Amino acid sequence: MNRVEIESVEIELLLQAITKRYGYDFHNYSKASLKRRIIGFLHKSNLEQISELIPRLLHDKGMFRSFLLSLSVTVTEMFRDPNVYVVLRERVIPFLKTFPFCKIWCAGCATGEEVYSIAILLSESGLLDKVQIYATDINDESLQKAELGIYSRTQIQEYTRNYQLTGLEGSFSDYYHASFDSVVMDASLKKNIVFANHNLVSDESFGKMQLILCRNTLIYFNSELQGRVFSLFSESLVNKGFLCLGTKEDIQFSSVSNKFRSIRQNEKLFQLR
Amino acid sequence: MEKCQERQHRIRAVVIGASAGGAKALSEIFSRLSSDFPAAILVVNHLHPHSKTMQMVDYLGHRCKLRMKAADDKETIKPGTIYLAPANYHLLVEADLSLSLTIDEKVNFSRPSIDVLFETAAEAYQDELIGIVLTGGSKDGAAGLKKISDFGGRVIVQDPKTAEAVIMPQSALRECEDAQVMSLARIGDFLRDAVQVEPLAP
Repeated sequence: MNRVEIESVEIELLLQAITKRYGYDFHNYSKASLKRRIIGFLHKSNLEQISELIPRLLHDKGMFRSFLLSLSVTVTEMFRDPNVYVVLRERVIPFLKTFPFCKIWCAGCATGEEVYSIAILLSESGLLDKVQIYATDINDESLQKAELGIYSRTQIQEYTRNYQLTGLEGSFSDYYHASFDSVVMDASLKKNIVFANHNLVSDESFGKMQLILCRNTLIYFNSELQGRVFSLFSESLVNKGFLCLGTKEDIQFSSVSNKFRSIRQNEKLFQLR
Repeated sequence: MEKCQERQHRIRAVVIGASAGGAKALSEIFSRLSSDFPAAILVVNHLHPHSKTMQMVDYLGHRCKLRMKAADDKETIKPGTIYLAPANYHLLVEADLSLSLTIDEKVNFSRPSIDVLFETAAEAYQDELIGIVLTGGSKDGAAGLKKISDFGGRVIVQDPKTAEAVIMPQSALRECEDAQVMSLARIGDFLRDAVQVEPLAP
């Protein structure tokens, strides 16, 4: 066995230990990226071999919490892929307006940047008060950050540029308050957002949504796990409800692909038939 | 005399990293490859997060005979195809020789990062890989090239004297002393020869 093969045995054992001890199952995550994250955590912990993590994580809950944090991807930005918001405004907002009350699910919301972007879109469409947004993630620390809605001021420039490309007509600075080197998202945006822990790997549907956004979480899953999540989404949408994925994600090879039709291929917007 | 005894590894893939001046450098290499080039080529060329990946695919596609495409998540790597990392995503190689895209943190201030592609390709292809660092203004790619060399792959750096931006080739040479230094034209010819080699009789 060469080094790579031995390491893949170590990772297999590590994932098994974590599933048995803590119930988090990472077996169906894409391996190359998962391994980079595990190695990153290994070096931070001053350990040499991946298998050395097993006894440490089994017995040290605190260490497991930081391990979980380093495994979950928290990279996100406001109005990432501005065109998506153009399309949501054109195609989905009119659909939402036909309901007296709507539910939107942001699955895998990480630290919340996309949730606030959606809230801003709803606010400018006059819909904020009649929409309940569910923002879920497996990572409690990310959820806490999302709920606080405090972001670094240095990123705001980039977000402002993105906002301008969405064609929204307000002023982005109306939605946050600057304080020292950070900004706080306006409290009115948070009123109808529920932040909750939900694991796409193992948890079930919790309601019928008009829109589900799950952008750039599924690229971390293998095809089998993606299939599970797509079924979960199709069960969680109202008739003709919309699903918006990341620009590099697609439903076309999954077993539920015939339940959806593609509305916009570039922006990965799908609608339940 | 013993040369024919030397174990010649089959090259299954070529990974290339480029940044400032990369489009021109890549087209110069690709223009020298014939349409029956039997290895896969995976490319990270640093792009601005908002830039249109397809424009680069079209630009390079018009300047070479191989199939050129933007890399898709979970796609199986095919020989004779050039895969370009899309803007704002890292490109990784899985052990089963399929591609993954991620939005992981930037590495060396870059997404896509050359190191991320090189390090995962090194593990997946081991000694059946060629790694190449071209022109660029950052040190991305240096660590990845070293890893390719550590796993028995062959490593090449564009001659800094011929590079539009010298920092990237220079950093790669500092990190990876056994890299061969070549002009772009030489790299194209080298790839043609290294990859076309028939497997030796046992």
